[in-house]
Amino acid sequence: KIKALSRSSNDYVRERSQDLHKVQRNLNPTIHPFEQGREYVRALNTVKLERMFAKPFVGALGGHIDGVYSMAKHPTRLASMISGSGDGEIRVWDITDQRTTWRANAHNGIVQGVCAGANDTTRFLSCSQDKTVKIWDTSSGSDPVNTYVGKYAFMGLSHHRKDPLFATAGNSVDVWDESRSEPIHEFEWGADSYQSVKFNPVETNILASTGTDRTIVLYDLRTSQPISKVVMTMRTNAIAWNPIEAYTFVAANEDHNTYLFDMRNMESAHNVFKDHVSAVMDVDFAPTGQEIVTGSYDRTLRLYNINQGHSRDVYHTKRMQRIFSVQFSMDSKFVLSGSDDGNIRLWKANASEKLGVKDWRERHHLAYAASLKERFKHMDEIRKIDRHRPLPGDIRRADRMKKTLLGSEKRKDENRRKHSKKYDEEKRIPERKKAIIGVAK
Amino acid sequence: MGQPKTNNKTVNPALAAAERKYQRGKPVPFKKVRSGKLRGKLERQEEKIRDAVQSAARAELLLGEEAGYLEAEGIEKTYNYRQDQLSKEVDINTSQKIFNLDLPDHGPYSIDYTRNGRHLLIGGKTGHLAAFDWQSGKLHFEVHVNELVRDVKWLHNETLFAAAQKRCVYIYDNSGLEIHRLKNHMDVTKLEFLPYHYLLATVGNAGFLKYQDTSTGQLVSELRTKLGSCATMAQNPWNAIMHLGHANGTVSLWSPNMSSPLVKMQCHRGNVQALAVDPTGRYMSTAGLDGQLKVWDIRKYEVLQEYYTPRPATSLSISQRGLLGVGWSTHVSVWKDAFLTKQNSPYMNHIQPSSSIRDIQFVPYEDVLGFGHAKGVSSIVVPGAGEPNFDSLAANPYQTKKQRQETEVHSLLDKLQPDMIALDPTHVGRMTRMTKQDIIRVRKEEKEQDESARYQKLRKKAKKHLKRHENVIEQRKVIN
Repeated sequence: KIKALSRSSNDYVRERSQDLHKVQRNLNPTIHPFEQGREYVRALNTVKLERMFAKPFVGALGGHIDGVYSMAKHPTRLASMISGSGDGEIRVWDITDQRTTWRANAHNGIVQGVCAGANDTTRFLSCSQDKTVKIWDTSSGSDPVNTYVGKYAFMGLSHHRKDPLFATAGNSVDVWDESRSEPIHEFEWGADSYQSVKFNPVETNILASTGTDRTIVLYDLRTSQPISKVVMTMRTNAIAWNPIEAYTFVAANEDHNTYLFDMRNMESAHNVFKDHVSAVMDVDFAPTGQEIVTGSYDRTLRLYNINQGHSRDVYHTKRMQRIFSVQFSMDSKFVLSGSDDGNIRLWKANASEKLGVKDWRERHHLAYAASLKERFKHMDEIRKIDRHRPLPGDIRRADRMKKTLLGSEKRKDENRRKHSKKYDEEKRIPERKKAIIGVAK
Repeated sequence: MGQPKTNNKTVNPALAAAERKYQRGKPVPFKKVRSGKLRGKLERQEEKIRDAVQSAARAELLLGEEAGYLEAEGIEKTYNYRQDQLSKEVDINTSQKIFNLDLPDHGPYSIDYTRNGRHLLIGGKTGHLAAFDWQSGKLHFEVHVNELVRDVKWLHNETLFAAAQKRCVYIYDNSGLEIHRLKNHMDVTKLEFLPYHYLLATVGNAGFLKYQDTSTGQLVSELRTKLGSCATMAQNPWNAIMHLGHANGTVSLWSPNMSSPLVKMQCHRGNVQALAVDPTGRYMSTAGLDGQLKVWDIRKYEVLQEYYTPRPATSLSISQRGLLGVGWSTHVSVWKDAFLTKQNSPYMNHIQPSSSIRDIQFVPYEDVLGFGHAKGVSSIVVPGAGEPNFDSLAANPYQTKKQRQETEVHSLLDKLQPDMIALDPTHVGRMTRMTKQDIIRVRKEEKEQDESARYQKLRKKAKKHLKRHENVIEQRKVIN
């Protein structure tokens, strides 16, 4: 009995020149040797190409004369954005055209907060140090639709997701109804002034505020009472609620870190985002709830993954001075930074990503390359190339100094622990609890 | 979270056997891990791997071709089948693959097939070089270099090849045009090409093993074997290690990163005549001047079987499906399943009348064995030798010109570096068991050794210089 291998070219060669070539696959590992080596080389090439194509800066929206101190994005329109500057001017931008669509000299002082109105409205609000909150409509010219006068300067502003309610932060946290000229609730719990206030977009009755007494206070509108407050070692500058999960929020702190809290148990933070070398001024969540962007006083913008403690990318420019506000765009592909120099800069959220439509083969290859990079990211060569970011000299120096100081503190602590019985008996404080002094209900 | 859990164990034994091929190591024991997050991550990863293994095993159903076979009925023996009897019983396509090229004037021939088994390169000892597509009969070129040619080898595809001529190694185009003269490689007897590293390895009468990168043109390393001139070399396709056979009966294993052999094995009592390694990198067969034909387990470095050849073998080759071909005097014998069990008789035999065999090679993806002998080049059919299903992305016998160009670019992008060559190719990405302090200590020791070696060298140099310049009057000596 005999049979020999004999292939007919019909099965292996295409019939017409318009047809696709036929592809045979045999997954036997013997035919594909050096799997690990080849995948490592591919991962290395991927990481190198990523650094080559990392050009995150898209454009700068210029027009403001003074620094941009507050920004807000439209909840339903991708290309719309509002910004308020230090000389009282408010502009509404079209991000795709990178130009102003509406502007007004809104206030007499710094515009401390802007926010969009309830869903499906063309209205937005602004508050300022000249003790007023004004409601604007882009279609009705440069006069405010409504003005609310308060007793003291306002520092922060936030609108309810659906109802015609908004909250302001100043000497106390006030909740206003759009149809009343006096606040319907005035909350105060200890602090002499409140920095910022934010409504929860999912659990819409919940409100969070940050105070100068280093606290974050949570309020419930249904019970008209504060729920709880957490006291930290340094003041929180800004808060952002997770748009996907109802109970998590991030707090941008003066101690160069950003903390991820679960509202239900604030004894310990869920995550600590480190890497900045100066106070973190503003933070925003991506609409996916998986990433955050932070802007800091050290002139850099950092992007973090919610599960990791260190930044995955850092953006800086010589022309960008202190960053006071950041926004993540609603398609989670872009990030906006408003800074001291009066410009709003538009950056890509993934620095080396190709914008535009990618065909399925390209997407498949990018997914494969990303998973290979993930598999080999611990290897020396790949990690070095992936982590490499050119940074300004003063940030490098500050970072080194910080590392030395913190390192020496840690070393001394460990030495004390080794040589002192009493010290040893005290438990080590986890990093996520270090900055939290206590919680009060 | 609402999906039913996939069945863990495969009931069908044939499928289970197929799955073992794709397993690639043991599963990670994640149940003992204390951290919940890590345990969950490992569990999900193991589930993905299990799904992938099961899908790969089930996808084997889609493979189109089946391997050939030759079975004897009744009292007949398979080794009694001659090629002319065989050609009457197989289809026309296969019987056309049996041919004899009569080239008596130009001496014994070395042959080489490309990785997709499509193109054949022949080199006669007196300097006759030719290449053709042996299935369609299309000749690429034919050239006479009028010089001794000891070995020929295709490079990464059918557009370039290397010929080991009398003094140096030359690289030619597939039109016969000489492109490079590698004058560093002198008196070379054997050539080997590592396709995934783009390295041309040469060994010669001077006893040097030299690696040349054919993509960048850099001479990667020159290793002194210190074991005399060497005329036997084979590469291990699984880990890219070079096996050299020496005159004192030892086989040494080399990688371009170490200046001394990784392993030295005493194989025979005389000269090692021929070497071959199987594609999975598990078995090596060696033939010695003492007439022994030994089969070794390369992973454990122990001898598995011992056969003998009536005359010392001149060439060995192992096919993709594990058939062992032996060329001795004017005969070619093929042994089947010769590694794990001791066979009493060969699978097939072939005699080339009055023409001693020089070089044999199984054709990849075909049931054919080609060999060069003193009077030309011939080809015989050996059913069950070749891998029936090829992978277009690895080696495609039906490659068009555009596909060839694309594959070349992709393989250059995936080119492995020579410092990745080690006995275990799966070491890339593995975690080392050494602690950080140990790694730092070893690095420090190595640095110190390097420095002391450098220092010794400098001292020697200085001493030599002083000795030579003893009688020379120099300015500073006069001042003193």
